[in-house]
Amino acid sequence: MSDTAIPKVEMRNISKSFPGVLANDCVDLKLRKGEVLALLGENGAGKSTLMNVLCGLYRPDRGEIYIDGKYAEIHSPRDAQKYGIGMVHQNFKLVDSMNVLENTILGLRDEPFVPDLKRVRSRLVGLAEQYHLDVDPNASIWQLSVGEQQRVEILKLLYRNAEILILDEPTAVLTPQESHELNRVVHVMKQEGKSAIFITHKMEEVMEFSDRVMVLRKGKVVAETDTSATTPKELARMMVGRDVLFQIEKKPMTPGKVVLELSHIEALGDRGLPALKDVSFQLRAGEILGIAGVAGNGQRELAEVVTGLRRSSKGKMQIEGEDMTNKSPLEIIRRGVAHIPQDRASVGAAGDLSVASNLAMKQYRSRPLATGIFLLQKKIFEFAGRLIEKFKISTPSPKTQVKFLSGGNIQKTILAREIGAARTLMVAVYPSRGLDVGATETVRRQLVSQRDAGLGVLFFSEDLDELLQISDRVAVLFEGKIMGIFDANTVNIDHIGMLMAGMDREAGA
Amino acid sequence: MDFLTSVLTITIRAGTSLTIATIGEILTERSGILNLGVEGIMLMGALSAFATVFYSHSIVLGFLVAVCIGGLLALLHAFLTTTMRANQVVSGLSITLFGTGFSSFLGQRLGPATNNFRLVGLRAERIAPLAPDWAKNIPILGAFLNQDIMTYAVYLLIPLAWFFLYKTRPGLWLRSVGEDPQTADAMGINVAKTRYFYTIIGGMLIALGGAHLSLSYTPGWSENITGGRGWIVIALVIFSMWNPARAVWGALLFGGINAVQFRLQASGTSIPANFLNMLPYVGTIVVLVLMTWWEALSKKVGAPAALGTSYMREDK
Repeated sequence: MSDTAIPKVEMRNISKSFPGVLANDCVDLKLRKGEVLALLGENGAGKSTLMNVLCGLYRPDRGEIYIDGKYAEIHSPRDAQKYGIGMVHQNFKLVDSMNVLENTILGLRDEPFVPDLKRVRSRLVGLAEQYHLDVDPNASIWQLSVGEQQRVEILKLLYRNAEILILDEPTAVLTPQESHELNRVVHVMKQEGKSAIFITHKMEEVMEFSDRVMVLRKGKVVAETDTSATTPKELARMMVGRDVLFQIEKKPMTPGKVVLELSHIEALGDRGLPALKDVSFQLRAGEILGIAGVAGNGQRELAEVVTGLRRSSKGKMQIEGEDMTNKSPLEIIRRGVAHIPQDRASVGAAGDLSVASNLAMKQYRSRPLATGIFLLQKKIFEFAGRLIEKFKISTPSPKTQVKFLSGGNIQKTILAREIGAARTLMVAVYPSRGLDVGATETVRRQLVSQRDAGLGVLFFSEDLDELLQISDRVAVLFEGKIMGIFDANTVNIDHIGMLMAGMDREAGA
Repeated sequence: MDFLTSVLTITIRAGTSLTIATIGEILTERSGILNLGVEGIMLMGALSAFATVFYSHSIVLGFLVAVCIGGLLALLHAFLTTTMRANQVVSGLSITLFGTGFSSFLGQRLGPATNNFRLVGLRAERIAPLAPDWAKNIPILGAFLNQDIMTYAVYLLIPLAWFFLYKTRPGLWLRSVGEDPQTADAMGINVAKTRYFYTIIGGMLIALGGAHLSLSYTPGWSENITGGRGWIVIALVIFSMWNPARAVWGALLFGGINAVQFRLQASGTSIPANFLNMLPYVGTIVVLVLMTWWEALSKKVGAPAALGTSYMREDK
């Protein structure tokens, strides 16, 4: 492919700002036909914003888009569809209560008034075979695993004859094996002459998936190069703007007494189906137990049972040897258990309250922040000020509402509060999800230092590298069952991947 | 036999306005908009229909005016909740407060001078049952023949609404907007337009339900003629699990209890009238709670997932 050929997509001089943030600053992007372009950058670098502009969800403040060399007016997702642009968003755009077929034809104007679902099914099945995207067309979305849902998303775009596919961090929710599958699918699409843009912040994926890579930092293009001409290390430096420490210093573990013990715990999920099945493990003081697994295999339910937010239907839970089965969250907090929840915006922090209030949320019951029923505002602000400084939370003031902070700073706020309340056990659910490299480092360091301070840490992560790096032991959760618990220093990452997909090595899968 | 026939007649007739309004509210709520203005819109529909027919002697015109008024009030609700992003509960309650007060006010102003400008106590043309007199006297079967054209239209509307919602392209789009507006938007569906459209259609049907009260079920205007039926409609929507096919059963249940207590009162029972008047409401609520409870236990709950929330594309 020569540079003189007309690019399939050309975005020129795109700028887009949100209140207080310039998300894209005069960005140029070229995508050639039959090419896979990786869009690399930290969280908040403006990758998703740029792609949301391309697929018509955001209107740019400035800039133009050309498709096949012709000016394209894209004001809505419908316009983008007409130009053959389709995007698999990070939060899938699927209606949970509808089935695969209904989702496939959603929004398609050329379907007849009464859609012929039989015809839709046969075309969908054809596409599924062609691209090896196996999925049950009659299943409702909520019944499908995250990996299957992603396949539905891709099939949906193929059904719409998308020529330009945008994948927003597609591997974040996949097992290593599923990621390889996805890579193969992308490869087939390339051979059919389709083009793809691939958003990621993982270097390995850039190397594995893409032909060319473009690096964004703080809304600007900082580099653009052929993938074969670069290295992961160089990419990382360009992305962050400095050398990155991939390793975290960790002292050898000095395990103490058992702080958390689950025996044969079972619990139901939100839909009333079993979410945890016969879960048993011990966690000692001074130890990090990592929980591996694809999202939706019982991680949230497990964290909720441990923190008292969900009832267990069977089994026993002990904290420091005392029976705490189905005790209230307050009683569990009083035992010194801290919780960094999965959903930081809605469960972890009260968005409409100030940073100071959020920081004080676990200590407001007693001195020094309160006397009797009265809150001591001055003390609360002093307390908050200390934590803001210590954890480097960047906020205009302690009075700022938390919802106006970035994801990383909300997470630091929660971390600061929870570490203050932690005495025996820290439950951290995806604490670094969606954070940039700097904030991720802070989070990881804090977890390790909690362990060194003699707490037990129950650590959930979707990032296997992170998990193996931080944890002392790793347990794999699949469909609510513990598939095995391993020493993090000696375990084989492929073996973990197999177990995450529910395959046992012995079963010969 | 005679008793049964007459109870059945009233049951079906009372169910008509409830069913139309319930289907209207189902369509609205399926788009994610909760319209608590049902009571107010029904009252305005009932008043405007009766006043129009009183002066123009045209039932068709009466229905048309009611539909327009209902559409306008719903348009206001759609504007406040979709464009201005007001709280849907507050906006809906305001419309009910407005409709209740304004219909009562107009009822004392729109009448002829001979009646002190009041509409209460006047008679106008009403929609009469289609069947000839002899047919109405056939036991049981007469109950089905002794109905007006609106009632038959409703029983045509139910399967149509069901088919529309579950089997057609626009129905699929409507459901997607109420379930997941982000997804609908990304798939090229205009969320705001959809919500406006079905809120207005819903308001029109709700007003039509009100018009049936003043033109057929209890012909004439009286203050608060709906007697809280608007709230029963809200309950029936939940009872029906947002499915038009099930709307009619709740409506008939309410109508049935109403008919029985009505007959009991007429027969001079010693049970206090106030207690009997209360029965349809209590009965509906009790059955509703039991049914919903049972449904929720047995499987999924059917409320549109985005019901009551506003949607703006670039919201963070």
